[in-house]
Amino acid sequence: MAIDKIDTDTESHLMADHQEDGKFGDFGGRFIPESLIPACRDLEEAFYEAFADKTFTDTLDHLLKTYAGRPTPLTYCGNLSEKLGIKLFLKREDLTHTGSHKINNVLGQALLAKRMGKKRMIAETGAGQHGVAAATAAAIFGLECVVFMGAVDVSRQALNVFRMKLLGAKVVPVTSGSATLKDAVNEALRDWVASVETTHYCIGSAMGPHPYPLIVRQLQRILGDEAREQYREVAGEDPDFVVACVGGGSNAIGTFAGFVDTKSRLVGVEAAGGAAMHNGIPGVVHGMRSRFLQDESGQILEAESISAGLDYPGIGPEHAYLGEIGRAQYSFVGDEEVIAAFRVLSETEGIIPALEPAHALAYILRSVKEGTIPRSSSVLMTLSGRGDKDVAQIMEMLEL
Amino acid sequence: MAEVLSNPSVRDLAVSLRDGKDAGRKLLVCYITGGLHSDWRELLYVLADAGADAVEIGIPFSDPVMDGPVIQQASMEALTGGATPLSVLSELEKENPGIPLAVMTYYNLVYRMGEERFAERLLQSGVTGAILPDLPLDEASGWIKTGEEHNLSPVLLAAPTTREERLSEIAAKSKGFVYAVGLLGVTGEREELSSSASVLAGAIKRHTDTPVLVGVGISTPEQAKEVCRVADGVVVGSALVRRILENKSRKEIGEFVGGIREALD
Ligand SMILES: Cc1ncc(COP(=O)(O)O)c(C=O)c1O
Repeated sequence: MAIDKIDTDTESHLMADHQEDGKFGDFGGRFIPESLIPACRDLEEAFYEAFADKTFTDTLDHLLKTYAGRPTPLTYCGNLSEKLGIKLFLKREDLTHTGSHKINNVLGQALLAKRMGKKRMIAETGAGQHGVAAATAAAIFGLECVVFMGAVDVSRQALNVFRMKLLGAKVVPVTSGSATLKDAVNEALRDWVASVETTHYCIGSAMGPHPYPLIVRQLQRILGDEAREQYREVAGEDPDFVVACVGGGSNAIGTFAGFVDTKSRLVGVEAAGGAAMHNGIPGVVHGMRSRFLQDESGQILEAESISAGLDYPGIGPEHAYLGEIGRAQYSFVGDEEVIAAFRVLSETEGIIPALEPAHALAYILRSVKEGTIPRSSSVLMTLSGRGDKDVAQIMEMLEL
Repeated sequence: MAEVLSNPSVRDLAVSLRDGKDAGRKLLVCYITGGLHSDWRELLYVLADAGADAVEIGIPFSDPVMDGPVIQQASMEALTGGATPLSVLSELEKENPGIPLAVMTYYNLVYRMGEERFAERLLQSGVTGAILPDLPLDEASGWIKTGEEHNLSPVLLAAPTTREERLSEIAAKSKGFVYAVGLLGVTGEREELSSSASVLAGAIKRHTDTPVLVGVGISTPEQAKEVCRVADGVVVGSALVRRILENKSRKEIGEFVGGIREALD
């Protein structure tokens, strides 16, 4: 079921390390207030310099290995595979320090912030995983840390809020708009407009103005690169399907980066209530041209999902591009399927997933049932985080 | 376009502000949120009477990242009241306060309608300038060209962090006026005038004869007067919108604006 032919002309420039104009086809760009333009340019320059500097990359590699716990394993799910009649492998980002792929991004960005002489780091967060990761990185590097979080998310992710505080971060609940992730991004941008001279904005997903989508992808590609090598080692080939959940799109873009030049089919899975690829149209918000849920005037709509981390009405610009050229497919699943998948993985494999990657699994379960993932296919899914943060929320919904 | 300009009652932003500056007048541009309260258009006349040289009408957007709490709340109330870009613009079509009008909004609303159509729609409503704070120079070439073709002034913003070589390009390409963002921060009232305001205004003025107006954080007659020792004028927004949100009478609003006018003269 791997795609038969890859257009090598298109593929050769896909996910290049250098991104001169910050555009992915028509998507991407840098649509931000003038005050932030110099900061984005400086960041872009610092990023290229740092990644060409062996001392920097060695430091980052060392941290990822000795602190974050990389490489993470690739786990074969024997029970579930047998049940479904496919070969299912999980890339275990849930086993990293802080419990999700977000750590890969923040260690790199905090190291960059330090290198640029910034004293303070701000972040937005939805599920709280990026906030926790950012607070963690700030703690190691001695940076002051402020995390903006929608008031709705503050209440449904209370455990992560407390974690951030334990790590020494200040958590600012955001009450404007829908009081979820999109509004947290707005508030972080407003803070940054005022604090840009001393502060690094540590964006948590593959979104925002150039160079963020590029930086976040490059920092997350370690998970895709590892997964490809690990899969090749056990199977001697590439998987038929590579599946990841998509909020802003960082774990998915990191995963896809490892497989974009293979024959694997790439699938991103959004929450039904935040399906920017299917129900969104091109727009310009949060510094980027991408796809957004919006009304006929261009007002941005609120996303709605059981999962705080996927409650975002947009999608990273590189996904909009990969979808447009057909290199990746995007689908969505509803809350009920997600809860079912959450339970299945817990019961059959002894792994309690975060609600976000439970979306990816829900898609796989449905596709196997519908036959769009044929029997005997090999499927590699990124398990982007563990479910500890969601247990309290699920406890209220399930009678066990 | 020709139609609009041949209509003598519609004042062109660029021409009008240039004339004011040449006559030695310090310029006062007032910001109000379009669609905030059903009688919002009456304010245009109050502001004109009180000595405003132009009015900037905010078209409310769901995600106003350049705005502080006051204008966020005003935008939210206007949106909840049903305001849309088309409703605000068609309501404006019926008005003629005798001073030029500009809009301030976010780029997604323009992008959604299409730059060309948006520009035409503005002119049809007697609006001759537009300020889009999330469309920086780097992304604005299409919009600037559309402006030129329609004789609509794209007002560009410069910030305290803007570097010199970029400042000259912004100064050259901005039409109507150059919007000097007085401080690092979003819109909102401030107790003190930031020292960066006059420095930035002075730096821009070295590059252009286009009027340079300082906005963001200008809330009192004293601040306006102080910054106009260098700048050609000011934009007053949050201080005014707060009064509208507080349901201050037209008389009080007129007096507030009149106070700034007086300080500038
Ligand atoms: C475990 C986990 N997975 C996925 C996401 C979604 O983000 P992204 O699409 O950037 O990977 C989040 C966001 O909070 C998360 O916590």
